[in-house]
Amino acid sequence: MQIPFTHQTLANGLDVIVHEDRDCPIVAVNLWYHVGSKNEQPGRTGFAHLFEHLMFEGSQHYDSGFFRPLQEVGGSLNGSTNADRTNYWEVVPSNALELALWMESDRMGYLLPALTEAKFENQRNVVLNERRQNYENRPYGFAGMSLVAALYPPDHPYHWMTIGAAEDLKAARLDDVREFFQAYYRPRNASLALAGDITAEQAFALAHEYFGDLEPGPEVPPVHPRRTPLQGETRILLEDRVELPRLYLAWHSPALFAADDAELDLVAEVLAGGKTSRLYRSLVYDQRVATEVAASQGSRELGSFFQIVATAAPGRTLAEVEQSVATELAGIRGDGPSPAELERCLAQAEAHFLHRLQTVGGFGGKSDQLNAYNVYLGTPGYFDEDLARYRRAQPEDLRRAANTWLGPARVALSVVPRGRKELALEGSRPVDVS
Amino acid sequence: MPADRSRLPRPGPEPAWAFPEIRRRRLSNGVDAWTAVHGEVPLFSVLVVVRAGAAYDPADRPGLAAITGDLLDEGCGELDALALHEALGRLGAQLDTEVGADATLVGLTTLERSQAPAMALLAKMLASPRLETADFERVRDLRLNRLLQLRDMPPAVAERVFTERLYGAHPYGHLPIGTEESLRAMDPEALRAFHREMYDPARVTVIAVGDGSHEALADTIEIAFGGWQGEPGDHVQPDPATLPIPPAEADLVVVPREAAPQSELRIGHVGAARSSSDYHALVTLNLVLGGQFVSRINSNLRERKGYTYGARTSFEFRRGRGPFVLHASVQSDATADAVREVISEFQAIRDDRPVTQEELELGRAPLTRGYPRGFETAEQIARAIAQIALYDLADDYFTTFVPKVLALTPEDLTRAAVKHIDPERLAIVIVGDGKAAGLKG
Repeated sequence: MQIPFTHQTLANGLDVIVHEDRDCPIVAVNLWYHVGSKNEQPGRTGFAHLFEHLMFEGSQHYDSGFFRPLQEVGGSLNGSTNADRTNYWEVVPSNALELALWMESDRMGYLLPALTEAKFENQRNVVLNERRQNYENRPYGFAGMSLVAALYPPDHPYHWMTIGAAEDLKAARLDDVREFFQAYYRPRNASLALAGDITAEQAFALAHEYFGDLEPGPEVPPVHPRRTPLQGETRILLEDRVELPRLYLAWHSPALFAADDAELDLVAEVLAGGKTSRLYRSLVYDQRVATEVAASQGSRELGSFFQIVATAAPGRTLAEVEQSVATELAGIRGDGPSPAELERCLAQAEAHFLHRLQTVGGFGGKSDQLNAYNVYLGTPGYFDEDLARYRRAQPEDLRRAANTWLGPARVALSVVPRGRKELALEGSRPVDVS
Repeated sequence: MPADRSRLPRPGPEPAWAFPEIRRRRLSNGVDAWTAVHGEVPLFSVLVVVRAGAAYDPADRPGLAAITGDLLDEGCGELDALALHEALGRLGAQLDTEVGADATLVGLTTLERSQAPAMALLAKMLASPRLETADFERVRDLRLNRLLQLRDMPPAVAERVFTERLYGAHPYGHLPIGTEESLRAMDPEALRAFHREMYDPARVTVIAVGDGSHEALADTIEIAFGGWQGEPGDHVQPDPATLPIPPAEADLVVVPREAAPQSELRIGHVGAARSSSDYHALVTLNLVLGGQFVSRINSNLRERKGYTYGARTSFEFRRGRGPFVLHASVQSDATADAVREVISEFQAIRDDRPVTQEELELGRAPLTRGYPRGFETAEQIARAIAQIALYDLADDYFTTFVPKVLALTPEDLTRAAVKHIDPERLAIVIVGDGKAAGLKG
């Protein structure tokens, strides 16, 4: 699929990518800052995301909520932070593109003069409530934190989740915000994609006008974690307010776009994509030891983890679940997928890929994808190559990838109902997360 | 030249936009085949609307419509469940079945090149699902397990209690998934009977949106669905829209969740039906009150008080009167204050702080200036068109929508608030730690 685009780098280092699509009279503005929770330090976790919230609280020349002027012209907008990057987007009627660029450039250039202790306190409370809602008060909500803490050592940038620790959020200071902004929220560390009902000429002229005179900012040193392979299997357990025990198995796996990344994505699809997948069929359909099962290659910039998650059916044990998963893993490591299985998974991968490109903006639309390719690879138009990684894969490649990566060195997390530690896999060590 | 930062740039003239044309064909068996053309991405979307939602569950069998919908993809015709999914998977098809109060929607998005075979599979699922006993029992077990898991999810618990409190024995008074008791007592013959009676071609609309011509799209529907002969019984249940709803009464229900860090809130009462003449005013009013980020209630609870990650209100429009409700999860020690603030916002908008012209402009912007962005993908267009089928809307509904919203005045919104929001008769449901929340009793 062709996504034609034009790319310029402004003198201050800001990448600008433009894609024209005249189907609908809207324009997507999508801005990536190459900073995420991986850039945080132990004891200061959750900060990149808290900072993202402050970006919506006004800047020097419009010191009021960021949402209002954009919603007034019929736009929608949001932002998100993950381990690797922070993104911000607006989708506006094409007559309001200039407003969106004015707003984005003002917070890129002039956030700090508008920052106050009151705004900071307010958004810290909002984020603590986001943490309560999405993690603390949700069944299995602490599983992700326990897993990454066991997969990576304390000084590794993926040791904590993006939401961070509550005590770190409470300890954050306004001065940290200033430092963080100066270091990371600069044109040199950002990539701007505009997609939709515009001409490239108009788009570049506006990008120059609004972003061209901002100072480039310092160079951001790359994050290079030391390699810390897992030694054998680590078994941990977590008690939670849940009815059914759940098993999480996680392995270190190759980074986003590295060799075997696409192959493992396909392995996940073979294992748990839909009702004909191997794990669904065996665990849920035939043996009924599990009530749900999922697998994913969670691709990230500095290294990924591959994960299988299965919830035991009532009366069944996690040991049984683990045994059934082991049988299916042995199958994929032994014979690999059949050509027909791989063909089905490829059709699914292609459909998912196109699905993400149906919109010009938002999370996962064309502008977001252009920025992803640009920030991670320096090649905004990587679409065909990306899909080709999947189309190239042969059954033997999946077999080999499963053997290379899904071996005995892994983390096995049992989440069990409170007071029922005996339901965990044997030899699991309790972990404390809050 | 450096940018002028002394004021925000004004938007230029509004770009022209028109909703895609909808063409309609009635097949000889009564199926409505509706089409729209959209071709940016090589994906094709089809949506089947069956007027058989959870409100058509028999009174003693809540969950019947939902489990019937769930079994559509567990085998049909000569294909068993695995063979069907193998076939769907190879076409790159994404299947999505959604059972709401009024209808069951079965959506399928697939690669453009798989249009005809995907449509054929979809028709087979709708017309001749196997509904075999072994599959029924397996799926029922999965649903029972789901119900078990939902006990620990505060939003699901709050939703259930609120729904029961509002509607009692009315067909809207239960969640689509039903209850453990009902699922356990159900037998597969009940599903077969429900399918025979309610999946009647004359109650079905098939909406196809993709590349190509209306003719070709409608032909694809006709080839796949044209042979479906229903055998509806004589007992078709009444439209839930016609049944009486218990009168609203003020009530407070606390569902204890010990040491919960937040309280999950639902506050509201039965609202208006989709057919209400106040529909446009209520949609706009909701955006002012609690339906978008900058609305009064989110600004208050999140941006001023910091009590929550987000609070929103909605009028859920259905064939009959759906709920008007506030959703929020607030930190436990702020529960009482948050409830008070919500009630006072409900009171104020109809009383001492009526809707202003400025608020009206901000509230209607997403509905007028922002309207086109809701129709960017084939799937969005199909879902929009489904509303016409489901709620018997006028043919020109999409072309008259924006002008009707533009004609509203602040007084229209305040009037709608007075008529449709009653702070004296709110049902308040709190799932949380009553002691930490500082609640009495």
